[in-house]
Amino acid sequence: MRLSREVVDHVAMLARLGLTEEERERMREQLSSILEHVNLIQELDTEAIPPTAQVITLQNVWREDEVRPSLPIEDVLKNAPDAEDNMFKVNAVLEQS
Amino acid sequence: MSEDLTRLTVTEASARLARREISAVELLQAHLERIRQVEPQIHAFITLTEEVALAQAQEADRRIARGDVAPLTGIPIALKDVLCTVDAPTTAGSRILEGFRSPYDATVVRKLREQGTVFVGKANTDEFAMGSSTENSAYGPTRNPWNLERVPGGSSGGSAAAVAAGEAMVSLGSDTGGSIRQPAGFCGVVGLKPTYGRVSRYGLVAFASSLDQIGPIGRTVEDVAIVLQAISGHDPYDSTSVDVPVPDYRTSLTGDIRGIRIGIAAEYQVPGMDPEVERVVDEAVAELQRLGAEIVPVSLPHTKYALATYYIIAPSEASANLARYDGVKYGLSLQGETLLESYLQTRGRGFGPEVKRRIMLGTYALSAGYYDAYYVKAQKVRTLIKRDFDEAFEKVDVILAPTSPTVAFRLGERTADPIQMYLSDVFTIPANMAGLPGIAIPCGFAHGLPVSMQFMGRPFDEGTLLRVAHAYEQATPWHRAVPPLIEAVTRRAPSGGTE
Repeated sequence: MRLSREVVDHVAMLARLGLTEEERERMREQLSSILEHVNLIQELDTEAIPPTAQVITLQNVWREDEVRPSLPIEDVLKNAPDAEDNMFKVNAVLEQS
Repeated sequence: MSEDLTRLTVTEASARLARREISAVELLQAHLERIRQVEPQIHAFITLTEEVALAQAQEADRRIARGDVAPLTGIPIALKDVLCTVDAPTTAGSRILEGFRSPYDATVVRKLREQGTVFVGKANTDEFAMGSSTENSAYGPTRNPWNLERVPGGSSGGSAAAVAAGEAMVSLGSDTGGSIRQPAGFCGVVGLKPTYGRVSRYGLVAFASSLDQIGPIGRTVEDVAIVLQAISGHDPYDSTSVDVPVPDYRTSLTGDIRGIRIGIAAEYQVPGMDPEVERVVDEAVAELQRLGAEIVPVSLPHTKYALATYYIIAPSEASANLARYDGVKYGLSLQGETLLESYLQTRGRGFGPEVKRRIMLGTYALSAGYYDAYYVKAQKVRTLIKRDFDEAFEKVDVILAPTSPTVAFRLGERTADPIQMYLSDVFTIPANMAGLPGIAIPCGFAHGLPVSMQFMGRPFDEGTLLRVAHAYEQATPWHRAVPPLIEAVTRRAPSGGTE
């Protein structure tokens, strides 16, 4: 089984990963061989087996809904590539009408 | 010839600090001297924090003068560069976090600060802890102190190499599929992955959140026990840290393992196993028997599926965790025409090949049409792997396995074939899948390089792992072995002397 170019392009877009032509071709090869390896688990009958998402037995962890101090805004924005008026600045998301 | 303070154990150093026979500044200077001698060849660190360390060592000396000595006061430690620290950059081995300065400390870092520990630097790691050789670091590979042509293992390769070379007395690593135990094994030191939930993950750069644990690396089992003691316990900032009492781990170090039942699984004989490594581990098993342990055959029938299961679950969780690197809040940011273009360029440029591969794999496994066949299927197999262990631990106290199928491999030897690289974690991954604690300790040499064995235990039973590992260690000479490179620099320029 070799992944199609369409699948690689689709997954790269879902992951918001800009890949070069060369990277996309290499990804087809390498993902295909990794998937071939992991397909080993398909031989197991797991019809009656519940999935394990986490191994600790905790269910819900509750705490009081109290207002607590959070990090100062200037500390949080210290690493921001671009900030304005206590906000992270990004390109416009919505088109102007 | 003055004494080499980098050879001391934490217990020895702490006792001498408390008696004021040595100062924390002197102890730090000995390690900084070693760093000057060997770091250009080994490259265990992404960032050295000499100024921070000096201030901490001076503070530790003031604290000791007041008679206030915690077990790690004045002890030089290396922190894997996936642990957030306010006073040094945190890169996670990635270009995408270049220049990032965390506004808060990881909980484990805070706990070490409270004890007055001395931070010598941020240790090298595979990018986002994804790798088994430290060759995936965007800041260049680390080399194995035992042989500079060999990898130190990974992803905590910097943390393991720093301890083996005497650049730090102990270190912290993180382990998602073997990333503490495998490099500890390759570098001939002790590494412990705690039970999932034993140590807070708050402030650990997330890779696969249901598998990640922070743990200690040291030259002796006792040193590892002391660091584990310092970092364990429930943390309100990590809802997956479990509120169960932390025992006094040093009381486990009795030296007596008579009657302990050690399980050995036939399934841990895998193709690709180096016969020399197998022979060394067999000799260690015989030694454990001589010490009074009982060897019991156990069966872990789903072992052969663990690697495949891991390479679905870990990348799936990683693809979600790494969505946060979007060039908006911190780190590398490339501006495109649109927000989408900015994302594509930032992530395309900021991540290295292995991280991209895993994000792609995880995104594929979680995408519509494949979710049930891969992700849910893998979670079900994870249940089977966990049940294997539950059954085995009804018959035995610990399970023994080699830490890795081979000794440290050559740089470049496995970089072209991802699956060959992944196979080096075949014995360590099952403990992560089941959330169990595991300890790797040196048990001899093959081809002139350290061989390591691993004990896995019941959840929250780190005490028994430490007990068994310590008894073996005390009966064997391996923990006293020093890499030839380090012997050579020690002879040339004794610590404290001038070159």
